Amino acid sequence: MQEKELIPHLYRSEFRKITTVLCRSFGIEHISVAEDVVSDTFLLAAETWGLKGVPNNPAAWLYVVAKNKAKDFLKRETLFTQKISAEIILSNSASNETDLDLSAQNIQDSQLQMMFAICHPAIPPEAQIGLSLRILCGFSIDEIAHAFLTNKETINKRLYRAKEKLKHVKVKIELPSDAGIDKRIENVLTTLYLLFNEGYYSSNRNVVLRMDLCLEAMRLTHMLTENESTNKPFVNALLALMCFHASRFEARTNPEGELILYQEQNTSLWNRELITQGEYYLNKAATGNLLSKYHLEAAIGYWHTITDNDTQKWEKILSLYNQLLMVEYSPITALNRTYALSKVYNNKKAIQEAEKLRLDNNHLYHTLLGELYTTIDYTKAIQHLESALKLARSAADKKVIKDKINKLDKVKNT
Amino acid sequence: MKEFLMIFRNNALPEAKYSPDEMQAIMKQWENWMGGIAAQNKLANSGSRLGTEGLTIKPGNVIINGPYAEIKEIVGGYIIVRAESLEEAAEIGKGCPILNVGGNVELRTQIPMNG
Repeated sequence: MQEKELIPHLYRSEFRKITTVLCRSFGIEHISVAEDVVSDTFLLAAETWGLKGVPNNPAAWLYVVAKNKAKDFLKRETLFTQKISAEIILSNSASNETDLDLSAQNIQDSQLQMMFAICHPAIPPEAQIGLSLRILCGFSIDEIAHAFLTNKETINKRLYRAKEKLKHVKVKIELPSDAGIDKRIENVLTTLYLLFNEGYYSSNRNVVLRMDLCLEAMRLTHMLTENESTNKPFVNALLALMCFHASRFEARTNPEGELILYQEQNTSLWNRELITQGEYYLNKAATGNLLSKYHLEAAIGYWHTITDNDTQKWEKILSLYNQLLMVEYSPITALNRTYALSKVYNNKKAIQEAEKLRLDNNHLYHTLLGELYTTIDYTKAIQHLESALKLARSAADKKVIKDKINKLDKVKNT
Repeated sequence: MKEFLMIFRNNALPEAKYSPDEMQAIMKQWENWMGGIAAQNKLANSGSRLGTEGLTIKPGNVIINGPYAEIKEIVGGYIIVRAESLEEAAEIGKGCPILNVGGNVELRTQIPMNG
C-alpha cells in the first residue's frame, strides 16, 4: 500500500480502537483528550513517516506513540489532582495504571463498554449517532458532517454538547449488570438501528459513504452478538434485519446514486451472501418467548428477499405489518401495510384503508395513493402525485415522483 | 383523543363451531381489522382474547363454574381504541368481524379510578 493511502486506511481501522481504549482508561470526562491524543499520534505519523519512511509495523508504531502520549497525560493529570485533593488520587485507579492494554480482547471490551456509555438516554439520538461514528467508528468530523448533510461547526457543537452532558451525568464506562442490561441494550439497539437507517434511507448521493454507515452499524451489532451477556435474541433479530436490507443495497441505486424502487429492482443484484447471513441470525433470534419489533421487521425483511411474487409472500408480509403496527405505530409501517394490502387483495380495498390514515402532509402517503389510483382513476392519481411532489424535500424523492408522473402522462397520451 | 373500551360478545363458543381452516380465516379477518385500527394510530391497547375456562364468585362463598352460567352472551375479548368521540369509535367498531358471526360490540367510555 502506498504511504498516501496507508494513513487514511490506518485511521479508519485503528483510530477507533486506540480511542476507545484510552477513553476507558481516562474516564468519560476525558473523551476529548483521548481523541486529541490519537489525532496527535496520526499527525506525528504523517510527519515522521514522510521523512524517515514507514515503520515495519505501522499499527504497532501508532500504539507505542499513543501509549506514550497517554502516559504523559495521565502523569500531568495525577500531578494536577494531587494538588487539588489526595483523596481523588486514591480512588482514581486509572491514574496509577501506566501501561495501556491494546490487546484485541481489551479493544473489543472497550468498544462494547463505550457503546453503552455513548448510547445513553441522557443525550439526544442524533448526538448518540454522531458520537458513535466519531468514537466507535473512527469517522472524521468532515465525514460525519457529510453523512448528516450539514457542516463541521454543527457537528462539532453537537458532539461537544454531548460529551459535556455525559461528563455531567457521570456516565460509567462499563457493561450494565445482567439485571439492567435489557433496558439499556434497547437504547443501544435503537441507536444502531438509526445509524443503519441513516445510511440506508439517506438522500445523500455518496453511495460509498452510505454503505459505510450501514456496514459500521452491522459491525457494532455483530459485536453485541459476540459477547455472552449482550447476545440476546432481539439483537440477532436486528442483525438479521440489517443483513436482509443491506442485501439490496446494490440493486436499489443506479450508477447516478438515484433510488430504484423495490418492485423495479434487478433481483439478480441482491446479495445472496448477506441474505444467507440474515437467515442465520434470524434462526438464532428464534429463541426465548419475546417477540420484539426487530423480530417482526426481520421477518418482513426475510419475505422481501423472496423473489417469487406469489400471494403467500404478500399475505405473510401483510400479517407481519399488522402485528408490527400493534406493537408500535409508525406512519411508514402504516403505508407499507397498505401497500401489502393492495398486493393481497386489490387497489380498491387498499385505497379505502389508505384514506383512513390521514397522513395528508406526508409525501409518501400521496405517492402511494397515486400508485394505487393509477389503474382506477387517472385524474386522482395525477392529483396525488402532484401533492407528493410539492411535499417531497429531497432531490431523490422528487425524481422518483416526477418519473411516475411522466410515465402516467405517456400512458394517457397513447 | 379519548379512549374507549370495546367489548366483544358472542352467544356461542366460537372454537367449537369452526374447522381449523375456517378458524384461521377468522383470525386473519381479526388481524386485518386490528391492523387497520393500528395503522390509523387508534389502537390504544390490543387487549386480549378471553378463554372459555373460568368461574364466577358470588357473595356468600358461592362459586359457579364458567363465566357464562347465567348470561347467554359470553365476553370473548376486548381492545381499547382511541377516538375523538363515541361516534368515531362506533365507526371503527362497525368493521369488527364478530358482527359477521352473530356477535356484537359494546363500546364504553372509561373513567380513571383515581380521577
